[in-house]
Amino acid sequence: MKESIFEILNNTEIADNVYRLDLKGDVSEIVRPGQFINIALEGFFLRRPISVSNVYRGGFDNAGPESGQGVVTVLYKVAGKGTEYLSGLKDGMLNVLTGLGNGFDISKAGSRPLLIGGGIGSAPMHMLAAELIKKGAAPTAVLGFRGSREVILEAELNKLGVRTVIATMDGSKGIKGTAADALKGIDHTYFYACGPMPMLNSIRKVLEGDGEYSFEERMGCGFGACVGCSMETKNGVKRVCKDGPVFSGKEIIWKD
Amino acid sequence: MERLKTTLCGIELDNPVIAASGTFGYGYEFAELYDINILGSFSFKGTTKDPRYGNPTPRIAECASGMINSVGLQNPGVDKVIEEELPKLKKCFHKPVMANISGFSAEEYEYVAERLNAEDQIGWFEVNISCPNVHGGGMGFGTDPHMAAEVTKRVRKVTNKPVIMKLTPNVTDITEIAKACEAEGADGISLINTIMAMRIDLRTGRPVLRNGTGGLSGPAVFPVALRMVWQTAKAVSIPIVGLGGISSAEDVIEMMMAGASAVEVGACNLTEPFICKRIIEELPEKLDKYGIKNIRDIIGSAL
Ligand SMILES: Cc1cc2nc3c(=O)[nH]c(=O)nc-3n(C[C@H](O)[C@H](O)[C@H](O)COP(=O)(O)OP(=O)(O)OC[C@H]3O[C@@H](n4cnc5c(N)ncnc54)[C@H](O)[C@@H]3O)c2cc1C
Ligand SMILES: Cc1cc2nc3c(=O)[nH]c(=O)nc-3n(C[C@H](O)[C@H](O)[C@H](O)COP(=O)(O)O)c2cc1C
Ligand code: FES
Repeated sequence: MKESIFEILNNTEIADNVYRLDLKGDVSEIVRPGQFINIALEGFFLRRPISVSNVYRGGFDNAGPESGQGVVTVLYKVAGKGTEYLSGLKDGMLNVLTGLGNGFDISKAGSRPLLIGGGIGSAPMHMLAAELIKKGAAPTAVLGFRGSREVILEAELNKLGVRTVIATMDGSKGIKGTAADALKGIDHTYFYACGPMPMLNSIRKVLEGDGEYSFEERMGCGFGACVGCSMETKNGVKRVCKDGPVFSGKEIIWKD
Repeated sequence: MERLKTTLCGIELDNPVIAASGTFGYGYEFAELYDINILGSFSFKGTTKDPRYGNPTPRIAECASGMINSVGLQNPGVDKVIEEELPKLKKCFHKPVMANISGFSAEEYEYVAERLNAEDQIGWFEVNISCPNVHGGGMGFGTDPHMAAEVTKRVRKVTNKPVIMKLTPNVTDITEIAKACEAEGADGISLINTIMAMRIDLRTGRPVLRNGTGGLSGPAVFPVALRMVWQTAKAVSIPIVGLGGISSAEDVIEMMMAGASAVEVGACNLTEPFICKRIIEELPEKLDKYGIKNIRDIIGSAL
């Protein structure tokens, strides 16, 4: 983990109520997809945890990866007062903790990994897909949204050459239905999922084989000190922020 | 640095800054960030006889200048603390540490203190009789002078290490509890623990915390903590550890002026992980600013 100051390069609305924030600074601790950063906001006591969507080492201005400098991109939904405040910042500096959480384990992917995102939970799939492709895998992504105006990352994933299936609840884009409906029958070697709890709970009932899920919990610190974010697993009590947010499907105790 | 030194129940501290229980784990998360040996000391996570999961999540909420937690004393239990946590702690921290203990009966406090007493690295016991989270437990002891006295007596009996009783602010007259602890042989008093509080989610109409209520901490509580330290310092003659909302070197000075011999920093470690280091580094400059030669000279100046 590292505490450092990042410069806001860009903070714009890219979908309904969803913003893309590009931050320039020391990205050396961001080593795995599925990790998150914790952003301090003026006037708010707690930091806001947001997943890394992608990282550009060396940065847009090519400072050189050796310097640790780069750009981290996060995608966030305005969900309350903190994210609303964040969406109003157009430039300036932010104090950010980087390198938080375990992230996805790409060594398990196999040749045909399946990436599943629900709404804003699709955000980490960008870096994950890029890393998997670098490794020689051929990922498929299934992303579910409520409607076409919420769709994110479709263009970015297509550009990477990822086969991308979009599902919308209202049928305004792609397949009509949920991510769980859209992923049925897609052949895969392993899966990675991130999204709201009800969505994770519905996809796990239709998914076959092994995979991992990324969870959310209210956090006091984000780096393992307060045990505010505990979760019971088959391997004992874990901290979502430090032992997670990604957990193997095998260790999760589902509620129903 | 000589001018930052202070003494707590006969043990000298390099500086008055102690990281508070429940916000510093067993030290090693922070040891990855900076050398935690620069601290005066730290108080490790509240330890009970049996392992505890604590309360269901969500157990963290936010408010203006503070947070509310309902963690509920999650800890692996005293046996695991001795077997697994203390050996790890020893590797990153080489000064006397404060053992924060809790229980659900006077016997449990005694048991935990007795089990930990043989651990050389423990300098002080900090006996939490104040956690507002646990039903039927913590709250009761700290709100009744007889029960507070009983716990003090039990712990006192099984250890020669200094016993610091940590008080809850959720009482009508905190000095009454402090005096009851002093009368039973407590070596010091620390205060305050968290203030009972809650938030409601306007979208659902339900409490944010699954437990309903939790304990408020962070800068929001500083003036309340300061007032209680000041009142307690007037009522007892044993040393006081002042905490509640400390977020700067100036807060440390103010808390010591109110009568604290040392201070603890809690919630701010969570949002600003380098806060204790920054405070310690800034203290000499702030002492200069206010014309203070040695920090120990200001203890209780406002009394
Ligand atoms: C590991 C992790 C990764 C995340 N990644 C993303 C992401 O990539 N994009 C995105 O839009 N959101 C993400 N979230 C959710 C995001 O943290 C919340 O939406 C945000 O904190 C809401 O803040 P607020 O002030 O707008 O809302 P408020 O409701 O006003 O916040 C009040 C408090 O509750 C906390 N809180 C509220 N909702 C959540 C939540 N869902 N999860 C955790 N804490 C919450 C806030 O942090 C704050 O402390 C992630 C959460 C976690 C835990
Ligand atoms: C997440 C969290 C966990 C805590 N756990 C304990 C504990 O186990 N034992 C204890 O005596 N106090 C515990 N406390 C209380 C703090 O040690 C401290 O008394 C209180 O938070 C006030 O100080 P602050 O405002 O600086 O945080 C906890 C506080 C927080 C925020
Ligand atoms: S949020 Fe503090 S331990 Fe996870």
